[in-house]
Amino acid sequence: MKKLLTAFVAITLASVLLLVLINRLNAAQGYSGKDTLTLYNWGDYIDMDLIDQFEEETGITVILETFDSNEAMFTKIQQGGTSYDIAIPSEYMIEKMIEEDLLIPLDHEKIPNLKYIDERFLDLPFDPGNKYSVPYFWGTVGILYNPEMLPGKTFESWNDLWDPDLKNSILLIDGAREVMGMALNSLGYSLNDTDPEHLQEALAKLRKLTPNVRAIVGDENKLLMLNNEASIALVWSGDARDIMWDNEDLDYVVPKEGSNLWFDNMVIPKTAKNVEAAHQFINFMLDPEIAAANTEYVGYSTPNKAAFELISEELSGDERFYPPPEITDRLEVYENLGKEMLSLYNELFLQFKMHKK
Amino acid sequence: MNHKFIRNLYAVPYVIWILLFVIAPIILVLYYSFFDIHGNFSLVNYERFFTPVYLKLTLDSFWYAFLITFFSLIVAYPTAYLLTKTRHKQLWLLLIIVPSWINLLLKAYAFMGIFGTYGAANNFLEFIGIGAKQILFTDFSFVFVSVYIFIPFMILPIFNALNNINPALIEAANDLGASKFMTFRRVIFPLTLDGVKTGCQVVFIPSLSLFMLTRLIAGNRVITLGTAIEQHFLVTQDWGMGATISVFLFLIMFIIVRFTGIGKRGA
Repeated sequence: MKKLLTAFVAITLASVLLLVLINRLNAAQGYSGKDTLTLYNWGDYIDMDLIDQFEEETGITVILETFDSNEAMFTKIQQGGTSYDIAIPSEYMIEKMIEEDLLIPLDHEKIPNLKYIDERFLDLPFDPGNKYSVPYFWGTVGILYNPEMLPGKTFESWNDLWDPDLKNSILLIDGAREVMGMALNSLGYSLNDTDPEHLQEALAKLRKLTPNVRAIVGDENKLLMLNNEASIALVWSGDARDIMWDNEDLDYVVPKEGSNLWFDNMVIPKTAKNVEAAHQFINFMLDPEIAAANTEYVGYSTPNKAAFELISEELSGDERFYPPPEITDRLEVYENLGKEMLSLYNELFLQFKMHKK
Repeated sequence: MNHKFIRNLYAVPYVIWILLFVIAPIILVLYYSFFDIHGNFSLVNYERFFTPVYLKLTLDSFWYAFLITFFSLIVAYPTAYLLTKTRHKQLWLLLIIVPSWINLLLKAYAFMGIFGTYGAANNFLEFIGIGAKQILFTDFSFVFVSVYIFIPFMILPIFNALNNINPALIEAANDLGASKFMTFRRVIFPLTLDGVKTGCQVVFIPSLSLFMLTRLIAGNRVITLGTAIEQHFLVTQDWGMGATISVFLFLIMFIIVRFTGIGKRGA
């Protein structure tokens, strides 16, 4: 009994000590101060130097948390455990968040730098008048491949992926919309198609792709492509940019049938506690110099017209990442298809994943 | 009377804990499983579970969990047996347990490197003249890594059971003329059966719902019930269906525990 009591006291003391230490550390980093801004962003999706600069200029402490899928972010914001002041979801998720009343309307007067955004990327169907969101980056979905490992192969069309020579060499993204969208596009349908027959056709077509699929992965695809683990990958353009910086042999292409055009926009969730700071931050990120620095770091395509003029020719002159209008015209933005359709897309995708070679 | 009151008082934290973290979650999962995607009360999720897609998923999960348990046992039993024969038992045991202190995700990433096309495993195969093979993203790599991760949990209970055998029993068997094999079959193995059962449960049940390794090591070529639950809760937001699969998983585990007869120990 005495030993038990001693152990109990020891554990309590250790816990109290740790608690005090944590508090001290937080105070040292300014976390306990009132003026903080919690940013909820994708992993490795902002130049950290810019956060330091923002903290210096405004005296606001920025706390950064990251997510790896729109859905995970949505679930966390909906549950409201943490008070995120800014989040950066993709367009179809913004539409859903507006529907579910999870966003705070922006005060455009506090964001004068909005004028630098290219008009092509404003007032889009998912958020008319940019009432709730401001573009952060945009991009496409396409094929990243290694010409050295695939002599003579080109990927003008999605159907080139079904080439029997490509056995066991494709990495797909673990996302129902992306993979089903690719199959729908390859059949000449829209990637927002909701006709169940067309979707079944897409599944049948995907099953024929199975022998060529090496794996269906998430963010690991960067590492795997760098190590030449596979020769082809279905990727987002920004990831392609990242990988190509490290492995210059690779090339990226958006097939001619069309593909997905996506946006990641900054929004202020209902959970926000520091709405004022959130506006300041959005305006800061839209400043041409800042946006240009961020673009140089992240590598995705910037919607900021003034920043586009400032970034290096190497980036802005690259048609693979700033495609000409004849390509962007064939791209489609994901529409929010509703819960039932999303469920069907995922069920079909699950069936595709279960299909054995 | 007073004595009884104090004893009941001690039970209060335990009862609260069980209510909050065992009973309440189970009731919640059960509750959610009765709602369809639009939040209407219905049994549609249960109907859906009995469609070929989910039945196949369940069978697949069972098959892989069975493989993982089987190979874990095959490796763990002799290892545990040898451990009891060594001089520094506790030290060897510690060495086997140490890898389980390392984060699962780290181990998975390490295996991605080892099993990759240009990884250590393939370098070795090239060296001994077999030539490079695809190891990563196969059934083999999935079962191998899972066995690697679960093996300490199989070794520990078997080791304890072996270690607790009274040496006098083995000596008696020898004195009565039993061969070594006979002693093992009639004396040692029956006495460690409880350890084997515990080990199998501890490995089999979590294997049924593995989901991270299915993506990292098997490249989603292996799909388990865990993958489906994760997808329903995070991606489709179809909590009802996710909960329904969890209910079945729970039922299956309950049956396994009853069937393998844990709790009837002490015999």
